[in-house]
Amino acid sequence: MSPDRSILVPARASTIIASFALALFLDFLPWRDLRLVPDFVALVLAFWCVRQPRLVGLGIAWALGLVSDAGNGVLLGQHALAYSVLAFLAIWMSRRILWFGPGQQALHVAVILLAAQGVVLLVRLAAGDQFPGWPIVVGPLAGAALWPMLSWLLLLPQRRPEREQTI
Amino acid sequence: MEHSPPPFFKRGPAPLVRLFFFASLSLALLVLDARFRYTEAVRGALALVVYPIQRIAVAPIDFLEGVGGYFSSQSQLLDENAALRAQALANSQDALRFQAAQAESAQLRRMLGAAEKLEARAMPAEILYAGRDPYSHKVFIDRGGRHGVRPGSPVADDSGVVGQVTRVHALLSEVTLLTDPDQAIPVQVLRNGLRAVAFGGGNSGMLELRFMPANAEIQNGDRLVTSGIDGTYPAGLPVATVVDIERDAEHTFARVICRPAAGVDRGLFVLVLSDDTQRAARPDDVQPGKGRRLDKTRRARIKEAAREPAKAEATDVAR
Repeated sequence: MSPDRSILVPARASTIIASFALALFLDFLPWRDLRLVPDFVALVLAFWCVRQPRLVGLGIAWALGLVSDAGNGVLLGQHALAYSVLAFLAIWMSRRILWFGPGQQALHVAVILLAAQGVVLLVRLAAGDQFPGWPIVVGPLAGAALWPMLSWLLLLPQRRPEREQTI
Repeated sequence: MEHSPPPFFKRGPAPLVRLFFFASLSLALLVLDARFRYTEAVRGALALVVYPIQRIAVAPIDFLEGVGGYFSSQSQLLDENAALRAQALANSQDALRFQAAQAESAQLRRMLGAAEKLEARAMPAEILYAGRDPYSHKVFIDRGGRHGVRPGSPVADDSGVVGQVTRVHALLSEVTLLTDPDQAIPVQVLRNGLRAVAFGGGNSGMLELRFMPANAEIQNGDRLVTSGIDGTYPAGLPVATVVDIERDAEHTFARVICRPAAGVDRGLFVLVLSDDTQRAARPDDVQPGKGRRLDKTRRARIKEAAREPAKAEATDVAR
């Protein structure tokens, strides 16, 4: 698969904010088994860190992590730490990731999401919780599988009509 | 000042430096939260920010239920009405019997000089959503400190105990379910009064009685109710049913697995129980300087208690 070479309109802040609000909304839906559902906030955060490392960075990742912690009633700082690591990895690998097609991008993102999940796991084990079983790796992998669809969806507002591109 | 680079070259500190900054900030927060619980105010403010998103997330489900209820046919409603009327009749008989039994037990209790059983006040609440955390079992309800929920209150549904309020925000509160590995509840076997403590079993959705001797008199199908010893849960609420017992001669303790009586992982409505009765201060709360005076009053109270059964009997005879 070849990477997308079309020229995009600069991303608007409103698009980014709306996508984060939607991701938080999806995270708060009453899911049946939480271990199998991807963390949508982490996924959207990884997307913007890869695409717009100048706009979305570690500060936003940290703040989103705090909001996620408070909303889910878990240890304050656990998601903040995980999202900071995730944002760092995504920014660090952003130039490399954009060189690949959607499928290989998803493989990179799987590694990033698994690293973030690993940080959460380490924090919880250190806080004295039990290991919740191997299904917790399913969430990040499912998130990576959603990556091609998500990147197509989130790039829609930035695409120009065909007619303009040919000029 | 003139030698500073033009603004479009400024990118702030390097990403690695930022990572260290935010990671250390997170770790500091983690320690403050896990060890000292200093961050409740911050948490409350953040929870208030997320509250609208949470309400919106649950709204479609409420809406679908509303639509479903609107279109339920009339015959269904009539059937339901008849069934409910029959049930109400049966319940009213039960209620009468219950009142009589309660009056009788209150009288017996008074004669024994035992403490009055604590009267619980129930506040209905709706479960908003479950916490997104596979390591613990928590749900959030739509009643908070503004409505009078206090941390530590037990939460029950129509068939038994669901959990306990562990954190109270302004508009919502966090309930730790019985199945949470860190949650414990003192119970009693209904059949023979055997006391035990039930712990959450984590992702299995079951409860476990720990530290039960291998020869404890307990069997499959035994019903467990709250014993009320801790002063938090009112006595006599159904908690669980024993489903599996493993007695192994190699281990000192028997492994007793129980299924929760209440719909811990299902159901949308719960009751937050709270009692307004003033309880006696715990021994820790008593100040050392007042020890002697308290001793005196206690002795006086024992004397009075000794006199009281005789008085109660006398009044009974008089009646």
